[in-house]
Amino acid sequence: MNEIFMNVGFWVLGITAVVASLFMVTRENPVHSALWMLLTFFAVAGIFIQLDAEYIAAIQVMVYAGAILVLYMFVVMLLNPKSTGFIKVPAKVILGSVVALVLFLQFVMTLMGTGVIKSAQMSGMNLPEGLSNVKAFGAVMFTQYIVPFEVASILLLVAMIGAIVIAKKD
Amino acid sequence: MLTLAHYLVLSAIIFSIGVAGVLIRRNLIVMFMSLELMLNAVNINLAAFSSYLQQMTGQIFIVFVMAVAAAEAAVGLALFISLFRNKQTINADEINTMRG
Repeated sequence: MNEIFMNVGFWVLGITAVVASLFMVTRENPVHSALWMLLTFFAVAGIFIQLDAEYIAAIQVMVYAGAILVLYMFVVMLLNPKSTGFIKVPAKVILGSVVALVLFLQFVMTLMGTGVIKSAQMSGMNLPEGLSNVKAFGAVMFTQYIVPFEVASILLLVAMIGAIVIAKKD
Repeated sequence: MLTLAHYLVLSAIIFSIGVAGVLIRRNLIVMFMSLELMLNAVNINLAAFSSYLQQMTGQIFIVFVMAVAAAEAAVGLALFISLFRNKQTINADEINTMRG
């Protein structure tokens, strides 16, 4: 029963993610692109829940769908760009699609050439006794990876200051 | 039965769509969105391996990737605002001052 549920969930979420990202890339209007990207992010958050990463799914919705997407929408509406030149150059579209397709086929060939990956069953995460996903995550994050965590906070501070300085009217 | 390959192929599809988006779109904002899509595909990969190998490290790295993505989005969009103020365009083909 759980097995069927996982399978149906994977296919629904996966197809949603792929279709939404295809629409995102092909819509002329950047606002429509941003809304399709929102759907992709939600589908990917569902995939994270399937992969026993509940905390990651939550911050995916909060950071990507909540913060980054709103930032994109603000900029799109602030600049109100006349989005042209997408259909105008069909040669570029064909070339780009072919390059992406070849890249995808190479990925699949590499993956399928590796027997371990092809037969690896997803058994789900075995967390230590009495720990939820968030607790187990925090236990690793704030002990083993505390220095990278602090560096990431400095990176965010630098990015914030940089964004203010760059976008400021002078 | 779901295997690791299911998740990795899904991630490869989304990554390739992101690559196609960067290559075929000329609108800098949409190119940036495609970049976020590629980062998301990488995150799926990390989560899949984290679940398969029973290791929390993959999920830790997703958080770092998200932090970098947020920083990159903030700085990149600030650059676009500054660029639009000077050139009145964010079409990648019209930004050809250096004849690139």
